[in-house]
Amino acid sequence: MSLISYLINGLSLGAVYAIIALGYTMVYGIAKMLNFAHGDVIMVGAYVAFTTVSGMGMNPVLGILISVVVCTVTGVLIETIAYRPLLEVSKLAVLITAIGVSYFLQNVALLIFGADTKSFSSVIPFKGITVSGINISGETIVTILACIIIVVVLSLFIKYTKPGKAMLAVSEDAGAAQLMGISTNGTIALTFAIGSALAAIAGVLLCSAYPALTPYTGSMPGIKAFVAAVFGGIGSIPGAFIGGLLLGIIEILGKAYVSSQMADAIVFAVLIVVLLVRPTGLLGKEIQEKV
Amino acid sequence: MAKKFLTKDNSSYIIVILVYLIVELLLKTGHVSSLMKGLLVPLCVYVILAVSLNITVGILGELSLGHAGFMCVGAFTGAFFSRYVGDAIAFGYLRFAIAVILGALVAAIFGIIIGIPVLRLKGDYLAIVTLAFGEIIKNVVNVLYVGKDINGLHISMKDTASLNLDAASSDIIIKGAQGITGTPKDSTFTIGILLVLITLFVTLNLIHSRTGRAIMAIRDNRIAAESIGINITKYKLLTFTISAAFAGVAGVLYAHNLASLTALPKNFGYNMSIMILVFVVLGGMGNIRGSIISAVILTLLPELLRGLNDYRMLIYSIVLIVVMIFSWSPSAKAFRERYFGFLGKKKKEVS
Repeated sequence: MSLISYLINGLSLGAVYAIIALGYTMVYGIAKMLNFAHGDVIMVGAYVAFTTVSGMGMNPVLGILISVVVCTVTGVLIETIAYRPLLEVSKLAVLITAIGVSYFLQNVALLIFGADTKSFSSVIPFKGITVSGINISGETIVTILACIIIVVVLSLFIKYTKPGKAMLAVSEDAGAAQLMGISTNGTIALTFAIGSALAAIAGVLLCSAYPALTPYTGSMPGIKAFVAAVFGGIGSIPGAFIGGLLLGIIEILGKAYVSSQMADAIVFAVLIVVLLVRPTGLLGKEIQEKV
Repeated sequence: MAKKFLTKDNSSYIIVILVYLIVELLLKTGHVSSLMKGLLVPLCVYVILAVSLNITVGILGELSLGHAGFMCVGAFTGAFFSRYVGDAIAFGYLRFAIAVILGALVAAIFGIIIGIPVLRLKGDYLAIVTLAFGEIIKNVVNVLYVGKDINGLHISMKDTASLNLDAASSDIIIKGAQGITGTPKDSTFTIGILLVLITLFVTLNLIHSRTGRAIMAIRDNRIAAESIGINITKYKLLTFTISAAFAGVAGVLYAHNLASLTALPKNFGYNMSIMILVFVVLGGMGNIRGSIISAVILTLLPELLRGLNDYRMLIYSIVLIVVMIFSWSPSAKAFRERYFGFLGKKKKEVS
């Protein structure tokens, strides 16, 4: 394979990371918590799509819609039941509950679907195109397009709509936002809903490109997307987009040219170097510490 | 002021020694199932890990998600030494003691190497970088090949063939993803408890020393600590290194309990680091006794639930969430104070 096709593969994987990272970064921006269960919401989305499309033979679009709805509900439920009582108390406590939720989702999936690997059949109906000898698969095209659309829509949503502005306000200063009549709890729940819906889409796209589905499918992409979010500057939407794409490309190139076993190590090493040069990520804001 | 004997510190030692005596008694009378016997050394490993992570998270107040990486370094160093020396040191205890010291030393060196760049970062950024380092260590160990022959040591990152070993005297010690096999089984429950006691002794004395107070000052208010002349970098690095060294000790203990040592996501990945963090947070940050108790309970819980088969990890996760909410959320605190307030002494909140 040539460099260009590796780059395209990297972009495709990176686009999936970017979609997951958007969810991470929004939740972090607003709730200041690391949502370790985010990766497992991806897995839930993929399983729902698997059941509806492969199992029940539904139309893929309908299947994806159902998966998005299920994940949105799951995300909001997780936030209200497990995170909300602790959000204002201790970030570390929420982190541990998030880990608990992550174990919970994995084990529920394990009980329902079993530990064996399910072969996910792609939901993208067309085969892809060939440009000057390089084959670009349908999954790649759809993934990259979906990612760009999501980033644009999300940026517009945050900039021009009332709920979007409320999200910005809460992430800036939750107390002041509340004084201005913004429902902080509602806004946080909305953020989780959007993040989880994105996770569902990412799950379907990820499993269409890499069709092995197990209860643990979500955890490594979840961690990678988290790295992508930090890479681009956590809390920043363009940052998550750029971080995700870069991470995907680095991973695929590392696999191709250095060593397939060391690809993860390379990704993490690049992250460390970036953070040492820019301690708040590529596009992150420097926060001045007050005395 | 008369010194109280039953202080929080002393009670930590007493708990460990009492547990040891009771377990030994049960072992002698044959009341311990083979399953429990197999858990005794891992329990000591987890207690050491929890206490040592508590030094970073609880005393220094920095979130580290790479503790399993240091454990991995210690485990492979210790196991490599024991395998390399083999029967040249026939006296098992001596060999193990040297392995522990070496493991701690190398883990500490890694702690310094990682600590110097990482401690510039703050909060969650520090957490993600420690996680990244842990994963890198695990990854590198998985492609590491080390063999020995009459010419000495050969190291490769590719495969066993590229080691160029002398065929007659070759002995491949670290075999990439297959790890180290044939480590002498030097770990026993008694040694484990001894190491737990040493860890406790060092940690508790560190907390009560001038150094410990400086570290806690940094945790409580970094800027104020800096302004009274505490060298932040030095103390942060020191704490990080001590914490890493004890993770290395736990690793050596862990490695010598297994016939074959491999670096899997399960034992040295971020999942392990997170599990240790769960012990620390659930036991109470900065509370050493709490770490010991929660490490023991959370390790035993999945085993005690074994009868429930597939449901045990599900129940484990629910218990984790419920315990966290019940012990941290303000409304649960108010509920506890109202109905169970007479059980514990009242604490005044200081804002």
